[in-house]
Amino acid sequence: MTVEELHELADRERERQAGVRHRVLYCSAAGCVSCGSHATRDAFKAAFTRRGLTESEVVGTGCMGLCGQGPLVKIHDDGVLYERVDAGLAHRIVDEHLVEGRPVAEHQLDAASPFFASQVKIVLENCGRIDATRIEEYIAVGGYEALARAVAELKPQEVVEEVRKSGLRGRGGAGYPTGLKWDIARKAPAEQKYVICNADEGDPGAFMDRSVLEGDPHRVLEGMAIAGYAIGASQGYIYVRAEYPLAIERLKLAIRQAERHGVLGSRIFESGFHFRIDLRIGAGAFVCGEETALIRSIQGRRGRPQPRPPYPSERGLFGAPTVINNVETLANIAPILRHGSAWFAALGTPRSPGTKVFALAGKIRRTGLIEVPMGIPLRRIIFEIGGGTPEGTEFKAAQTGGPSGGCIPAEHLDLPVDYEALATVGSIMGSGGLIVMDSTSNMVDVARFFMEFSRDESCGKCAPCRVGTVHMHDLLRKIARGRATADDVALLEELCETVKETSLCGLGQSAPNPVLSTLRFFRAEYDALLGPVEVFTPSNPLARGRGPGGS
Amino acid sequence: MAILTLTIDDQPVSGTETETLLEVARQHGIEIPTLCHLDGLTDVGACRLCLVEIEGASRLQPACTTRLQEGMVVRTNTERLQRYRRTIVEMLASEGNHHCAVCVSNNHCELQDLAYTVGLQYVRVPYLYPAKTLDATHKDFVIDRDRCILCSRCVRVCHEVEGAHTWDIAGRGIGCEIISDLKQPWGQSTTCTSCGKCVLVCPTGALFEKGATVAEMEKRTEFLRYIVNARQRREWNPDLLHEE
Amino acid sequence: MITLAVEGGPVAVPRDATTTHPSGDNRFKLLDRAINTHHASGSALIEVMHAAQGIFGYLEDDLLIYIARALKRPLSQVYGVATFYNFFRLKPAGRHTFVLCTGTACYVKGADRIQRAIEHRCGVAFGETTPDGAVSLVAARCVGSCGLAPVAVLDETVAARLTEDEAVARIDAWDAATEGVGA
Repeated sequence: MTVEELHELADRERERQAGVRHRVLYCSAAGCVSCGSHATRDAFKAAFTRRGLTESEVVGTGCMGLCGQGPLVKIHDDGVLYERVDAGLAHRIVDEHLVEGRPVAEHQLDAASPFFASQVKIVLENCGRIDATRIEEYIAVGGYEALARAVAELKPQEVVEEVRKSGLRGRGGAGYPTGLKWDIARKAPAEQKYVICNADEGDPGAFMDRSVLEGDPHRVLEGMAIAGYAIGASQGYIYVRAEYPLAIERLKLAIRQAERHGVLGSRIFESGFHFRIDLRIGAGAFVCGEETALIRSIQGRRGRPQPRPPYPSERGLFGAPTVINNVETLANIAPILRHGSAWFAALGTPRSPGTKVFALAGKIRRTGLIEVPMGIPLRRIIFEIGGGTPEGTEFKAAQTGGPSGGCIPAEHLDLPVDYEALATVGSIMGSGGLIVMDSTSNMVDVARFFMEFSRDESCGKCAPCRVGTVHMHDLLRKIARGRATADDVALLEELCETVKETSLCGLGQSAPNPVLSTLRFFRAEYDALLGPVEVFTPSNPLARGRGPGGS
Repeated sequence: MAILTLTIDDQPVSGTETETLLEVARQHGIEIPTLCHLDGLTDVGACRLCLVEIEGASRLQPACTTRLQEGMVVRTNTERLQRYRRTIVEMLASEGNHHCAVCVSNNHCELQDLAYTVGLQYVRVPYLYPAKTLDATHKDFVIDRDRCILCSRCVRVCHEVEGAHTWDIAGRGIGCEIISDLKQPWGQSTTCTSCGKCVLVCPTGALFEKGATVAEMEKRTEFLRYIVNARQRREWNPDLLHEE
Repeated sequence: MITLAVEGGPVAVPRDATTTHPSGDNRFKLLDRAINTHHASGSALIEVMHAAQGIFGYLEDDLLIYIARALKRPLSQVYGVATFYNFFRLKPAGRHTFVLCTGTACYVKGADRIQRAIEHRCGVAFGETTPDGAVSLVAARCVGSCGLAPVAVLDETVAARLTEDEAVARIDAWDAATEGVGA
């Protein structure tokens, strides 16, 4: 394909869409499909036939955000958004809204409400807007133009420089500057290099990456191809969780379409640049989100992390320099090249530019997927966008970063959401899961829940994580059951420190975070569960055999 | 190759960029405790006992896999490191079913030695008493998984030196265990050559020779350096075998 | 030898296969195809295991030996990989599968109570299959439908905002449809 052909294709698709009489968009992401959005789609089709509305179409799109209110439907003609659209409502919408011009008020969502108005969409700009199964729709909204421009007009070094100047930081959680990562890989002398998209979104309570892959897969492919051009790689891999069948299906389809249209494959946009992408399906191991473990897994091995250095950007997949970026990071690449690094750097905060996608869940009124500028106070996310906790309960903590993160209490709600600020309260940005806990949540139990997760997901390679997570979990269970003393908490704290400082990889190093942060902010909940320290004396037979650490 | 100079525990030392901190420290008489490391096998950085402090580094680094850099300032035995090492040995002790007094490797056990070195007096965490298996189906050797600390030396020596890859690790986390072939009895393994290298490199009494009784099982690991050196330097020229 | 690149993914077993595999089991032909798609490369071990489990339902020892030979990997390494990942099954699954999401969002909304109710109903723990082979209980890390918490996937159907009673009722319905579920 040439750049001219790309533009022709975009024009043709835009003309086609302009010729459509009514365009109804329904959410076909996993959340809404679970609520029956396929039945909604069929009902719209039937209603079109019934009313003789030819030249109308029902289009399945990516996530529209309000996952708790599905199935969601958007009328493209006037932008009206509907919630909980079942088959009956679909017929009503066609009759009353499309034919008679009176929107069905009681199911209509207010687009000016803070849930929508407070968001800034870059990564999710096409989610809920285009048909994820047709490359033409992606191209019609400017897709693959950034890639075309990069290979035609920019040197690899200039692409890296543009990404570096944008200030984009890794959205997988750690926040390492993407441009710097690319630069190391670009400078590494090697014949073969690789780009890996880390789509092993494992944090429980996080579904940002899945939504991007389901709703806008081409954006990720374009980001990967640009990364490949920038560092000199001709092969990319997407490592995606087996738990995301719809995302896998959409990615397979997107790769086939991209190859057929020549935006992936040999001589992309008639340049000397070749780039192929293959899928690798994970098999259920959280630790494979760690980059060295992910590499081992792609090589068909047990996903056990390796000591770093060497970092993958120097020696990674099959020993070659490898750039590993998370889905959301790669989804930011095309917009940065399209609008320029200065545009991106101006968004968010100076140290953390751009936006962040969060998955809001837990004890909150509006659960779903949101994208906000970095630096927005947590309070606005939870109360303005999320609508606060359900009736009759009080906000207690927000959990970010999953099993590697921490719980942020009410007194820190005015904290701006960026990498550094979250670290100051013992949490991390993480990949974007944001779980709200209310007054009914028990924080010791929350810490125990995450420790159980880390224990079960520890790969078992290094001793502190393999054994330490078991002991920390057992101590937390003992505390939760009211059988522990202050000595147990002291031991727990010491184990936390050792595991944090000595574990081999990020899983072990961050596994104590949920405990440390709940101890820091909710220590009273721990203390309330402790019994007196029993000291063994011959005259106290009850204390026999119950020294420190006994269970 | 350029000679690099650095400081380990206030002592100026030198080495080349292909050497690790552990190698250079040992050459200069500075002992850093290890369990998974063994001269002649690749390093995996798994036991975390050789962690050292490096000035300017945000995290502790394993001496066995960290290459020298010019001007490094390294500390190998601070109070903090001693405390971590003691806790790690404590965890290892609690993880298995270690009964030194009746163990074939009593007084010849690297885990036991380490417990003395780090000053472990009692184990504060509860013993896990896991249900582990003992396999005595091999004609010459026994594996008692109660005493295994998952250092993976046996797996590496079997793969890297013997080339049989009979052993590997199955499962995950605390459920990890050393297995032969498809977790079948060792005696029925179709790949084991009965060379006994795994037994010789095992730091504890997990792998031992049949017939050894309490405190009789002494391990020898020098053979490894000898074989590996000879191979790397091509000292065993095939022609030499046909001289006569 | 010419290796045909065949698109991966689930494949139906052809009923009227005219030639048979030396083992007498035609499913191995499908497995061979998956192996050839990856040029019998050792690094495709996990992909090939996915294919094998898709074709055979679970990974029994003979199958692991077959894969190890085809990909030229040590037996113990193949076994190690099969037991490292949650997704791979070394035993056959039950006729029905109840996948409960145990992610954070589901947990704070009471997935633990559903777990206890189901385990009580079936008489086995999550991760196990009832002795009569009727139901496999599977705990999923996070199915990513946190907006619908607590969520379970019953034989591919997603059940949103599940309660303990509903969950037990769904298993009772399986019970009524077939013969006996668990205790």
